[in-house]
Amino acid sequence: MADRLGFWELSVQVVIPQLLVAVRWTLALTICAAVLGTALGLVIALMRISRSRSLRALATGYVTLLRGTPLMLQLLFIYYGLPQIDPRLTFDPFPAAVIGMGLNSGAYIAEIIRAAIQSIDKGQMEAARSLGLSYGQAMRFVILPQTYRRLIPPMVNELVALSKDTAQAMVIGLEELLRTGSHLASRFARPGPAYLWTAVFYLGITVVLSAVATHLEQKLEAKE
Amino acid sequence: MAEPIIRLEGVRKRFGKLEVLRGIDLQVWPGEVVCIIGPSGSGKSTLLRCINYLEKVTAGRVYVDGQLVGKREVGGRLVDMSERELDRMRAQIGMVFQRFNLFPHLTALENVTLAPIQVKKMPRAEAEARGMELLRKVGLADKAHEYPARLSGGQQQRVAIARALAMEPKAMLFDEPTSALDPELVGEVLAVMKDLAREGMTMVVVTHEMGFAREVADRVIFMDGGMILEEGPPAAVMSAPRHPRTREFLSKVL
Ligand SMILES: Nc1ncnc2c1ncn2[C@@H]1O[C@H](COP(=O)(O)OP(=O)(O)OP(=O)(O)O)[C@@H](O)[C@H]1O
Ligand SMILES: [Mg+2]
Repeated sequence: MADRLGFWELSVQVVIPQLLVAVRWTLALTICAAVLGTALGLVIALMRISRSRSLRALATGYVTLLRGTPLMLQLLFIYYGLPQIDPRLTFDPFPAAVIGMGLNSGAYIAEIIRAAIQSIDKGQMEAARSLGLSYGQAMRFVILPQTYRRLIPPMVNELVALSKDTAQAMVIGLEELLRTGSHLASRFARPGPAYLWTAVFYLGITVVLSAVATHLEQKLEAKE
Repeated sequence: MAEPIIRLEGVRKRFGKLEVLRGIDLQVWPGEVVCIIGPSGSGKSTLLRCINYLEKVTAGRVYVDGQLVGKREVGGRLVDMSERELDRMRAQIGMVFQRFNLFPHLTALENVTLAPIQVKKMPRAEAEARGMELLRKVGLADKAHEYPARLSGGQQQRVAIARALAMEPKAMLFDEPTSALDPELVGEVLAVMKDLAREGMTMVVVTHEMGFAREVADRVIFMDGGMILEEGPPAAVMSAPRHPRTREFLSKVL
């Protein structure tokens, strides 16, 4: 039946409605993984510049491990591997994907935040400490706020990459954009519309992300 | 005048193989203005940083207002101070830097009120009222809501002085406060420092401004190679230096 539909009918009646469902999973995964990854990234970044040798070693090990192995492997390990180690570590595809992508982006975001912190003039920390602020207060009120504007460009890159990397969660059965798009493509004799519209959806996400970032950057710039 | 505000005993500091401070003894009395002069690399900045414990001394002792900095006596033994205690000690001494080091994301007033609010837990309204008073004192009340980038170097340094004063320090350390300024802006910063000295603030000033040292200092110290080679009233050290190194240095800067 659908085989005989034209491009527009196929698109409007079948492909776009299904992709509109799938894009919710992609967006939810992007947002959850970004939030988890940013929180984790901040902690790992602070560990990497801390004075404690063991905290530094732990954080370096974390970053090395997660950046040194493929994301897809990490997702497969969490979804299929963890339950074999302990059945209590069994996750549905969505939470497994959030955990995997959050842990993975945490490693990249940690490096972004660390670089931003280290780009702040040493005199800032010194001035803050000379006023009696503790290390933590100096970080919170003096150093980190100055990194925000510098963080926007690399963080947007990271978010754009993250939103596209959500496609890899298809291997653990998450019905996100690419998995849905591929199913649609193989269901009909004509795979074109399915892949085309899938691409449009991804493009929509990344373009909106970049536009929001530019706006944010201009707003912060106006303040200084 | 029983206790000096700042007392250093045999302070040594080394960075790896390089010994930057080689046994410094120094006492600064309440209300005294001490100017430190000396060639580049002689350890002047390091000395100030050790007084404020931004650098940990390798050997020797630093006392602020009679209290040993960095160590505490517990049952007859000296143990390291906790970070919190060190923070509290640092808050007692104000520091002004060559490159101002204002916080660029905060307005002038916010720069001044940050530490009172966060460290002293002063109510914001009170901190702002006192901050405005300090900005008025350094002649910048009308710039309270400007960001540092909109201020001239001289104005930035005056805000930095107000920021340090906001913690009501027992002494102020200045590390070449006018060296990064255009010549025409030096005067306004020195004027604020002279006012402070007149009000009885205890000050240690590393400076190349020989006129300021001559006029304001109670005592001038000449440092070279991590040691104090000569000290005395400005007239004596600057007009009739005894040490050949002092003579050589002064002939270059005067
Ligand atoms: N953190 C550090 N690590 C290693 N060496 C340092 C450090 N800080 C200072 N030094 C070295 O210690 C020496 C003294 O430096 P210091 O900044 O105290 O000199 P100074 O008298 O203030 O000089 P200037 O007039 O140029 O400011 C210099 O040789 C400097 O390179
Ligand atoms: Mg110096």
